[in-house]
Amino acid sequence: MTIDLKLDDKSEDRAKTLAQGLLGTPADRPEGHLKVTGAAIYAADSVPENCAFGMLVRAPGQGALTCTNAEDIRAMPGVLAVIRDPRMIRNAAQGTANEAPVQGVDHAAYTGQPVALVVAESFEQARHAAHALKIIAEGPPGPVDPDAVKPEGEPDAQGDLDAAMADAPHTIDAEYTTAGHSSAPMEPHAAVADWDGENLTVRASLQMLKYNRNELADCLGIDPENVRLLSPYVGGGFGSKLGISAECVAAAIAAQELQRPVRVVQHRRQVFETVTRRSETRQRIRLAADADGRLTGLGHEALVSNLPDESFAEPVTQASAFAYAAANRLIGERVARLHRPAAGSVRAPGEAVGVTAFECAMDELATELGLDPIDLRLRNIPDKDPQSGIPFSSHMLAETLRDGADRFGWQGRDPAPRNQRDGEWWIGTGMAAAFRVNLLSEAEARITLTAEGARVETDMTDIGTGTYAILTQIAGEALGLTADRVTVKLGDTDYPPGSGSGGSMGAASTGNAVWLAALDLRQQLASKMECDEGDLTLKDGQATCGNTSRALSDLLGGDTLSGHGHIDAGKAFEDVRQSTFGAHFAEVAVNDITGEVRVRRMLGSFAAGRILNEKTARSQCHGGMTWGIGMALTEGLTHDRRDGHIVNRDLAEYHIATNADVPPLEVHFLEERDPWAGPMQSKGLGELGICGAGAAILNAVHHACGVRLRDMPATPDRVLAGLSAL
Amino acid sequence: MQITLTVNETDHTLDLDPRVTLLDALRNHLDLAGSRKGCDHGQCGACTVLVNGRRINSCLALAVMHEGDAITTVEGLSNGTLSPLQEAFIDHDGFQCGYCTPGQICSATAMLDELDAGWPSHVSASLDGPCELTEAELAERMSGNLCRCSCYPGINAAIRDARDRQA
Amino acid sequence: MKHFDYLRAEDTTAACEAGFGRGAAFIAGGTNLLDLMKLEVMAPDTLIDVTRLGLDKIEEEDGGLRIGATVTNSDLAADMRVRRDWPVLSRALLAGASGQLRNKATTGGNLLQRTRCPYFYDTDTPCNKRTPGEGCAALGGETRNHAILGTSEHCIALHPSDMAVALRALDAQIEVQSPEGKRRAYYMDNFYCLPGDTPHIETMLEPGDLITSVFLPAPKGDRQVYRKVRDRASYAFALVSVAAVIRMEEGKIAHAAIGFGGLAPQPWRDIEVDATLTGAKPSAALFDKAADILLQGAETHGGDDFKIPLARRLLPAVLEEATS
Repeated sequence: MTIDLKLDDKSEDRAKTLAQGLLGTPADRPEGHLKVTGAAIYAADSVPENCAFGMLVRAPGQGALTCTNAEDIRAMPGVLAVIRDPRMIRNAAQGTANEAPVQGVDHAAYTGQPVALVVAESFEQARHAAHALKIIAEGPPGPVDPDAVKPEGEPDAQGDLDAAMADAPHTIDAEYTTAGHSSAPMEPHAAVADWDGENLTVRASLQMLKYNRNELADCLGIDPENVRLLSPYVGGGFGSKLGISAECVAAAIAAQELQRPVRVVQHRRQVFETVTRRSETRQRIRLAADADGRLTGLGHEALVSNLPDESFAEPVTQASAFAYAAANRLIGERVARLHRPAAGSVRAPGEAVGVTAFECAMDELATELGLDPIDLRLRNIPDKDPQSGIPFSSHMLAETLRDGADRFGWQGRDPAPRNQRDGEWWIGTGMAAAFRVNLLSEAEARITLTAEGARVETDMTDIGTGTYAILTQIAGEALGLTADRVTVKLGDTDYPPGSGSGGSMGAASTGNAVWLAALDLRQQLASKMECDEGDLTLKDGQATCGNTSRALSDLLGGDTLSGHGHIDAGKAFEDVRQSTFGAHFAEVAVNDITGEVRVRRMLGSFAAGRILNEKTARSQCHGGMTWGIGMALTEGLTHDRRDGHIVNRDLAEYHIATNADVPPLEVHFLEERDPWAGPMQSKGLGELGICGAGAAILNAVHHACGVRLRDMPATPDRVLAGLSAL
Repeated sequence: MQITLTVNETDHTLDLDPRVTLLDALRNHLDLAGSRKGCDHGQCGACTVLVNGRRINSCLALAVMHEGDAITTVEGLSNGTLSPLQEAFIDHDGFQCGYCTPGQICSATAMLDELDAGWPSHVSASLDGPCELTEAELAERMSGNLCRCSCYPGINAAIRDARDRQA
Repeated sequence: MKHFDYLRAEDTTAACEAGFGRGAAFIAGGTNLLDLMKLEVMAPDTLIDVTRLGLDKIEEEDGGLRIGATVTNSDLAADMRVRRDWPVLSRALLAGASGQLRNKATTGGNLLQRTRCPYFYDTDTPCNKRTPGEGCAALGGETRNHAILGTSEHCIALHPSDMAVALRALDAQIEVQSPEGKRRAYYMDNFYCLPGDTPHIETMLEPGDLITSVFLPAPKGDRQVYRKVRDRASYAFALVSVAAVIRMEEGKIAHAAIGFGGLAPQPWRDIEVDATLTGAKPSAALFDKAADILLQGAETHGGDDFKIPLARRLLPAVLEEATS
């Protein structure tokens, strides 16, 4: 049996009625032991018997490709194959594509495109032979500069922004830029492919297996039923593992040709090129406000880029559609078709860069108005979605702003910049609001219940988000089992299809599916207890209904019960606007001599419905806030101006935050239940922490030293230029 | 080349291409995959192991150059029971995806020894030592281990807690 | 990585003899060499392991210190004598790389560290340093991490070391053993070659020459400062760094030796800067003048334009700290 739920309406808070006391606790991750001992097995960690090793080869330029020495390479020691197969893919598929991305190896759309695979008996042989393979690219590079092409798309207009700008006593019209970003998960993309007759098994590092399976099958031209993907542990994703990636397809092709298992791990430099990056953005933000600081006009236009034939455009203005009220609006993106590596989802696509720039502009407006930046935001909270007119499912911005301000010690702040000094360092504080749309996607889960406990199965992944922990808690809570009696099995397409990890949807989507599977079991148990499911209390392996109480093991009597849950988004995501909210606060120091910026402390106050596990939720927010530090200060892809290739494609030159870049981070969650978000009443949290975090830092930089940094990352050279210009 | 590597107090005789790094010897030839490959160029720290008690990036070491050295990997840190650092990493959620975690834990193990030996760091106010494990010292000394999930608060709390437990 | 023969040298003589062979390279820490070999930027035919030659000692000599070529960066930075009398060296070492890398990287290897120029690292783009005569992709490319002093039309690559900047300010000498068994020494001032039209030739070393030690003479200044500006708080190469060794006498600068990182194809020192400072009374005007002299011939390439204002602000701040 299956319990299906299409979310068309509010849900009752069922978790409230449950008795185990597991949900919401800061429980340790059940897989923790495996991770701290190194025993968790990631994609490239197991080398099967007779495994061959493949190395991808990049296009050295753009245009038509020829390979001039494949025969010589095949003759090199240990080399088994040089594969240039039309089924190989140009770049990783976009998230939820569910079909093959652009394929082929005869033409490079961007420098760095994977265009061959060299397979050898050993990794060392393959690496050397891959380097020796000569690929010649003939053709002038396509456009690589966003300013050199006419972009596609137009923003959406409501009212008359130009008129509002002309009439308003206070306006901001500023341009912001953000550099491209690499997800840079610590685990490079990797695959071990093995065929058994017509059946292909790939151990891979992927976020969304049910889509990835179809994508891989489509790439290879085989039935998805013949493809099994295994990703029980994924060493970080952040969007880069949403879609099938080049090594999976290449490994599968090679394993088929050689009739033996083949492992392909992308070199870190290849990860930078072949996997989708976050597009660079140029954002024009216009704000018109009356004398009281109420917005009359709001413009947010963004220029982003992507390769031809890629559907994705960084949705920079996604949150601007509903963040603040204003009658006259102009909001949207334009896409420049460029021959840079493909762009796609990177943690919080849209809001990460869009809210950040917008919240910088709001700070500029507050300064212009002489208004506290928190007040400015409070005055412009809309009572319904300003674009569509639908109500919000819940709105917690004001609460997070006030909570964060209290905890951070915002009151009494002297708003004047360049007012606090510590030796060479200017000290300042800043804040920003956080918004992230809340989504849910179709998900299924199965729970098998025996006297020993429950086993949860779904092809959902845990990319570090805490899926193992929260699904353990949901199942344990619903079935009255302690955590040690719940086993969660993930990352195997043989299990029911979960939502996959992406868009902050995993916990709510698959979590609710697990709840529904548990509800299915609860109904079966209630029937054995001869009571209504609603009257059944399950706790510590004991089923209680009225005066009757029986041990689960007794009730099951050796039987195995199976519960199945299936959830999908419905009108609850159309009739109301669902979002998570938060407030970021930062204190920074800016070196007056060198332009170096150090974040001294950060605080975030967040509301995202029910917090399923406070420990893993906090870690997610730490991650987001740290990415905010990176975006604001250190991270940026550099493209060669001649052929668009990524110049800083390693972890020495692409600067993600180190331990020393991250100050103490304080995270607070506001108690909230969002009935529109499903029976668990929890919303996505994996991305909220990055949205706007960088703005709090840059606003603090302005407060510290008086320099407005509108180009991110604000590296010392840019800060120095600002300081020099004062 | 035939070489003998001493890993986690066990000798292993291997016939290796001289190009094989210590990391790849562990991962591909000794089935000790706990040492992770994040960048293969000494830029992330995921491959950190201890050689004669000192932390190094095993990706930038040739296996053949480490004959006779005592190599300790994450698999060698726990002998049936978790080390205090490993326990503390679980308690303080010092990881998310877990990929950099073995490197973090190996690194922290040796880092605490460096601190006890009085080694100064970039952020030490004085070079005269000894050094206290301040937030700044801890963060600087652990900066050779990147964590993209950004678990630095949990990592640092875990290291501090483990040190307190050992004291 | 190309296949190579691995040879474990038993003594320095054998090492030098083997090193004289075509395509031979010495390996000690390997933190830079293996990095480059994996990308086939360097592709030696033979690797000579010099880690077991007993060159890992730090010994006192003539009031100075003799540092074996394979002493690790960690051991050198932590040496109590270095910390006490040559603190700028400890500081420079500790500002570089990571704890793990410093445990592996050696003194000799650090001196020979190759540039971080991204085009040097990218064998799909031309590089005169990698392949003489091929052209320079950095010119006209992305130049944020390039040199603005001492460059040529053939190469604008930067020397990335921190340690070597301090050694240059400390007037260190590099002892070299040749394949013929002869030992000779170079002052840091004479050890490196500017790129000119031979950017692939970076030092005075000839085939088979092995750095055996670095000699640190008795410190000439007790006021030692190393300051590095970088893009993140740790584990990043310098945008600009300054090593200052100063001795003050009666309110005047009696000795000034200033090394610079992040500005040039070699750890940089400008005798005019030192001469301007020496004998003068510290003042803001003097420090600005020193910065003007340092940067008078600077040529920038767009991305690295900022290095002029950065160096112009950083040098006076370091001098202020070292003289006050």
